[in-house]
Amino acid sequence: ASTLILADHDGANMTPSTLAALTAASKLNETSAVLVAGAPSTVAEQAAKAQGVEAVFHVDAPPSAKGIASFVEKGGYSHVFAPVSNNTKDFVPRIAAALGVSPVTDICEVLNEDTFVRPFYAGNALATVKTTQSVTVATVRATAFEKVSEEGGAAGVEAASIDAAVAPELPEKISESSGDSERPDLTAARVVVSGGRGMGSGENFAMLEQLADKLGGAVGASRAAVDAGMVPNELQVGQTGKVVAPELYIAVGISGAIQHLSGMKDSKTIVAINKDAEAPIFQVADYGLVADLFEAVPELDAKL
Amino acid sequence: MSLKRVLVGVKRVVDYAVRVRVAGDGSGVELANVKMSMNPFCEIACEEAIRLKEKGLCEEAVAVSIGPKQAQETLRSALAMGCDRAIHITTDARLDQGGLDPLAVAQLLQKIVEKEEPDLVLVGKQSIDGDHGTTAPMLAELLGWSQATFAASLNVDGGTAEVERETDAGTEVIKIQLPAVVSADLRLNAPRYPKLPNIMKAKKKPLEAIDAASLGVDLTPSIVVEGVAPPAARKAGVTVESVDDLVDKLKNEAAVL
Repeated sequence: ASTLILADHDGANMTPSTLAALTAASKLNETSAVLVAGAPSTVAEQAAKAQGVEAVFHVDAPPSAKGIASFVEKGGYSHVFAPVSNNTKDFVPRIAAALGVSPVTDICEVLNEDTFVRPFYAGNALATVKTTQSVTVATVRATAFEKVSEEGGAAGVEAASIDAAVAPELPEKISESSGDSERPDLTAARVVVSGGRGMGSGENFAMLEQLADKLGGAVGASRAAVDAGMVPNELQVGQTGKVVAPELYIAVGISGAIQHLSGMKDSKTIVAINKDAEAPIFQVADYGLVADLFEAVPELDAKL
Repeated sequence: MSLKRVLVGVKRVVDYAVRVRVAGDGSGVELANVKMSMNPFCEIACEEAIRLKEKGLCEEAVAVSIGPKQAQETLRSALAMGCDRAIHITTDARLDQGGLDPLAVAQLLQKIVEKEEPDLVLVGKQSIDGDHGTTAPMLAELLGWSQATFAASLNVDGGTAEVERETDAGTEVIKIQLPAVVSADLRLNAPRYPKLPNIMKAKKKPLEAIDAASLGVDLTPSIVVEGVAPPAARKAGVTVESVDDLVDKLKNEAAVL
């Protein structure tokens, strides 16, 4: 039995969360191959260098779900893993449907080759699930696994023959816009400074940006802040947004709704700044400061 | 040219404000006497379908739900919001854990799509109980249709639609061919609260019930839940008195600065 990892990438680089999916695959004690699809060969070369990778298959054009399904079947893979991202949430279930199986999503623990733990109900419950399907298609919660080293592997890159996606499956891209690229990626940052409804306005997020820049970190937000239109959705941390686990998470003006906690409670050190001493965020914070954020944040910024 | 029909999937789930409890015997999340509501992302999908109708871009909005008898309440909510009629796929299987698999859900919806022949299927990006987020892409693949997940805006124009999608880095705008499956993200719209006269009217709108077992889909679960546990609680920390105190703790105790 062997595992095929579907590399996640932004078209130019493989995401670090793919390295965590490799760790999850290694728990099965099987061989792992990586498929890099819809990306230039430089991404395939990155995958080939990752520790423990035994083979890399590469295809330039975005493949069809059926094409990948038949690649999986021909290769005799028992497992297909991909890290969780908006990108993989878009195409992995489609591949599972093409294979005629149900995907096991968001796994945070690998117990054995067919048994996994996954959070549901916004992380308020953990289910141990056993799949009895011919192929196990799973998405991996990257924060739950260490990343393998991005160096040390010396796999060969082989061109894969996979049918390219065509309309109607393949959409026509009209435009693309991305947020601030100066800061580290939210899911990979060592420090995350997040703001909630207590920030009052999008303009007030400037002070969190300044603090994040001083700490070399990323800026995040609660769903309430996104809902109120203060900041764009890609900053959202939570069960319905991004799941992060940085060394340091600073929650500013965030009350701590269940769905937000689910997206950040695996952070190593959590700081909460909120003027409401009863806010649930203080129940998960290592260090809680009950204070007016408009005074505390500038002071913290000045003293770092 | 307006669309003939939009099909919108709505799911009955534990209300988003309820703090769920795991049964002491580890069998699962307790559902007895818990407030249930329409899944928030399904509400957004439903709102979008109704807006298409109100803009004259679609002739009929049909709501569909898979679930127990009480899923009819969710369908009545969709009708009160403005859908024209509803289809209830009846099953006693749980839809939050075990019970119906993501594939079975997509296959049941596929049967309804084949019968109703909508130009567009709208669903929520994920349900807040099972948290799979798999329905839209799986249904699109089974139908061989185009898809647009995580929609932040939707513009239907004849046989195509332009969809702004939430991506990992920001947003992108894609053009898809209809028929298509689109999943609603948070910023697509703000769903309305149904007005009382509409709630009354909804009681008279047609609601058809179809037994899930009659649709020719294998409903046997292939992902079995062996146990459910609450997550490990994080140890509560300390309250610091001042910013100076905080900086000191971060430097010397946590050593993260």
